[in-house]
Amino acid sequence: MVIMKTLLQTLQDNGDRIVADWTHSLRSATQRKDLLSERDLESQAADLFKAIVKVPAETKISEFGSPAWRPVKDLVATLSVSRANLGFSPTETALFVLSIKPAIFGTIRQEWGSDPDRLFSEITVADSFIDKLSLHSTESYIGGRDRVIARQQEDMLELSTPVVTLWDGIVALPLIGTLDSARTQVVMETLLQAIVDTNSRVAIIDITGVPTVDTLVAQHLLKTITAARLMGAECILSGIRPQIAQTIVHLGIDLQQIATKAKLADAFRLALEQTGRRVTRIDGAQAAQAAKAAKAAL
Amino acid sequence: MERIPILRIGTFLLVTIQVDMHDQLALTLQEDLTSMIARVSAGGVLIDISSLEIVDSFIGRTLANIASMARVLDATTVVVGMQPAVAITLVELGMSLPGIRTALNVESGMQYLRDTLADREDEDDWRDYSPQG
Repeated sequence: MVIMKTLLQTLQDNGDRIVADWTHSLRSATQRKDLLSERDLESQAADLFKAIVKVPAETKISEFGSPAWRPVKDLVATLSVSRANLGFSPTETALFVLSIKPAIFGTIRQEWGSDPDRLFSEITVADSFIDKLSLHSTESYIGGRDRVIARQQEDMLELSTPVVTLWDGIVALPLIGTLDSARTQVVMETLLQAIVDTNSRVAIIDITGVPTVDTLVAQHLLKTITAARLMGAECILSGIRPQIAQTIVHLGIDLQQIATKAKLADAFRLALEQTGRRVTRIDGAQAAQAAKAAKAAL
Repeated sequence: MERIPILRIGTFLLVTIQVDMHDQLALTLQEDLTSMIARVSAGGVLIDISSLEIVDSFIGRTLANIASMARVLDATTVVVGMQPAVAITLVELGMSLPGIRTALNVESGMQYLRDTLADREDEDDWRDYSPQG
């Protein structure tokens, strides 16, 4: 059973030197001075060493999940996550913990150099302990990265579903990117809320920016359109590229009940017609006058 | 017993649901409304569900039933002001209510009813003045 007792005693006795050696090797190792100042690095090393020394003497390395390890693990996790956010690479993050090895090994050698068996067993303890710590560091680093990615995804979801008002009573939803279930839910909610807020009778869903339409995406679109219809708004689907039209027919998706247009402009024209409006060109003299008025307004 | 009031405006009936619908209330409404349509020979029914926040498949089906029954009695039904959450729920329940007319609010629903009834009167006029008439 490997316990930390003697190792911790050794560490405590030689604390200052180990920290000094460690910070020395930290400085020479591939550390990023542009991301973390030397002083911060040293204080982080000192804090971590203090936390390690405070681990109860009877703690077993095999029980890395036990509460005794918690303060050290938490500290390593916090440091790793902050490094992930700062832009450190995984290697650089792991090296922070790993670079304590030479310092500890050197100390152990000085203490037990005359007794090879003891030396070996102490080095084994220190080695497995530091390895566990560095694995934990890498794991926390990846966890931190994952959280960053998840947050970015969320942000993108919010950003990627803008509802724009084209005219009084006509809203458009330009969709960009792949539609999955989570995103469709946001799209649906945003569109329906916009219909209520702007009191719009017609909503145009433009899928020019949607790279692929499969049965699932089509089903999501149909659901959104049906929900809008239940609220009393008509939906027009626009921006259907030729390839997507072919896919839709090959997949046997039925869009018969829905007004579809190739271009957003066509959909807008239809929307204007549905709300009793029309865009007309004005003739020569009037046009010149209108242009002059527009310029004057600027 | 709790009832949902039915208001008569000209040839239209206006029903505003302002309480949580439970099954018995929906059935009572269905009965009251059909008998009212028959009694006053209403041309249109406007059901305002803008205050309705919770809906289940039974309520959805009852709404569809009311619309179908009204159609048999020669009245057009418009459901107005459905909340986004309610619409999403109905769609997720697989109830797209294909037979029901919808509108954003009471005003546009009323406009729709006026337009359709005007069309119908036009047709009647045309029939009156046709050579056979």
